[in-house]
Amino acid sequence: MVEFSGIKEIIKPENLVYKKTNIMTENILSYCPGCGHGTTHRILAEIIDEEGLQSEAIGVSPVGCSVFLYYYLDIDWQEAAHGRAPAVATAIKRLQPEKFVFTYQGDGDLAAIGTAETIHACNRGENILIIFINNGIYGMTGGQMAPTTLPGMKSSTSPYGRDVKTMGYPLKMTEIVASLPGSYYVTRQSVHTPANVKKTKKAIRKAVKYQKLNKGTCLIEIVSNCPSGWKMTPVQSNKWMEENMFPYYPLGDLKTPEE
Amino acid sequence: MEKELRLMKGNEAVAEAAIRAGVDGYFGYPITPQTEIIEYLMEANPAGTTGMIVLQAESEVAAINMVYGGAGCGKKVMTSSSSPGISLKQEGISYIAGAELPCLIVNVVRGGPGLGTIQPAQSDYFQSTKGGGHGDYHLIVLAPASVQEMADFVELSFELAFKYRNPVMMLSDGAIGQMMEKVYLKPHKARVKTAPEWATTGKPTTRERNIITSLDLDSNRQELFNIKLLAKYDEIREKEVRFEEFQCEDAEYLLVAYGTSARVCQKSVQLAREQGIKAGLLRPITLFPFPTKRINELAGKVKGMLSVEMSAGQMVEDVLLSVNGKVPVYHFGRMGGIVTTPEEVVESLKSKFIGG
Repeated sequence: MVEFSGIKEIIKPENLVYKKTNIMTENILSYCPGCGHGTTHRILAEIIDEEGLQSEAIGVSPVGCSVFLYYYLDIDWQEAAHGRAPAVATAIKRLQPEKFVFTYQGDGDLAAIGTAETIHACNRGENILIIFINNGIYGMTGGQMAPTTLPGMKSSTSPYGRDVKTMGYPLKMTEIVASLPGSYYVTRQSVHTPANVKKTKKAIRKAVKYQKLNKGTCLIEIVSNCPSGWKMTPVQSNKWMEENMFPYYPLGDLKTPEE
Repeated sequence: MEKELRLMKGNEAVAEAAIRAGVDGYFGYPITPQTEIIEYLMEANPAGTTGMIVLQAESEVAAINMVYGGAGCGKKVMTSSSSPGISLKQEGISYIAGAELPCLIVNVVRGGPGLGTIQPAQSDYFQSTKGGGHGDYHLIVLAPASVQEMADFVELSFELAFKYRNPVMMLSDGAIGQMMEKVYLKPHKARVKTAPEWATTGKPTTRERNIITSLDLDSNRQELFNIKLLAKYDEIREKEVRFEEFQCEDAEYLLVAYGTSARVCQKSVQLAREQGIKAGLLRPITLFPFPTKRINELAGKVKGMLSVEMSAGQMVEDVLLSVNGKVPVYHFGRMGGIVTTPEEVVESLKSKFIGG
């Protein structure tokens, strides 16, 4: 074992510059190394902590890799059936309008099986925040094709690459949501660099503010990686994401309120 | 405040009773023959009076998941639909049962399978009493036989739902939903402002976080949960059986029927007795829990039983299990949306038990 000289003198409470956010629980994250979920959870937890939202926040977790999201953030949670989170969140917010209500959904959940619930919740302008993790693949079930899988991209159910002639085109749900009058703030971000983490955090903070002002549905897409599903190292997957995902899913605001 | 007398459809009575019972939210999707429920609620606009939320969802699937969300907040929430729509709700109902959430689901049954017919039927008995969705679970199932009961069972449903943290289904049919009868309406009850301790109301520093879920990947814990559910269902079987008897004291032949069929069978009992056949009627009011014990007792006193249902024979299976071979049990029923006539029932009784 390597002994670092003087390490014990350095690790002291008064020297700490970074700590676990209070809202994060002690549970060990179940995500693969390099996955964007952990970072996104952390940002969400920071916002809830900084904005003093713990007693107001009710999250709706999806089916997919983040199905156990309720293990990690110390707030009240409801676990929705696959794709139904926006419907579940609709009722939570309508019946408890003073609470901060959000869903956290993957691409299969939000853009395939939950297409109707997503579009109609946004079209009604439900006063909720939808966080949409788009990694172009079904991670939890082991790397199957998602509605957002890129043309030619290989997955276990598109082993020769996604053939758009028979398998359809990647669905740009965020663009669809931005076109609905009920949506208020729609943006696409990522969490693969510190600069992008900051931007995503800023976007979530904005959405919190808009929900307090009853402005309508806010949707934040986070284009993310899936090293295991994509069969790449974390570094390779981030590079691949920049070169392939971002051209199809360009980062930036799709709908911004006039302030 | 005095009880108020009105002439109403069964569907309207459910809607009015929901407002008066202090229901917090209704989430529905139109389908014949129950659409009057959401129409009545939209017109009554209780958001402005009691604060009750009424929302037309994009589908039955969304509606039942809204019920899940609302119930998870500890609110009194309900939905209603008819057979094909109830099939769509089954995923959500299974999750609600798995998360042990209280709610009311009204099914105004129409004939099936498939799109079937819009006319009344009782062909959703299996789906309602045996689970319906995936997994080992039961709903508490109440079967109204009048417009009055459609109104009264709203409050009863919520009492049972919250007592047992279990979804309750009111299993009506197109006849009771559509017909008009006089109904005594109860005075308005204020909505409950407090939430049960398990509800997701936002985590204060004074308690652990509340999680509404039906997921547990640990097989041992999941089995323990299944065992816990079974114990709950046993308690419900023990305490909540409801039924009504009509001329059973000296009966030699017992008709077993619920809902619309039970009303038809009251007349059949009278007609049979006019012909010298001592018939009686047992009307299950709860279909789960089923009045198994009472039917078994009566099997020791009668010569045979006839299960009368507007279906191909579904409840008859529970009658057979209750009787456990003591006496012959048969089924009689019309399908396709046809309401059985009292005369047909008597003819069936005679042909099956007496001959000719």
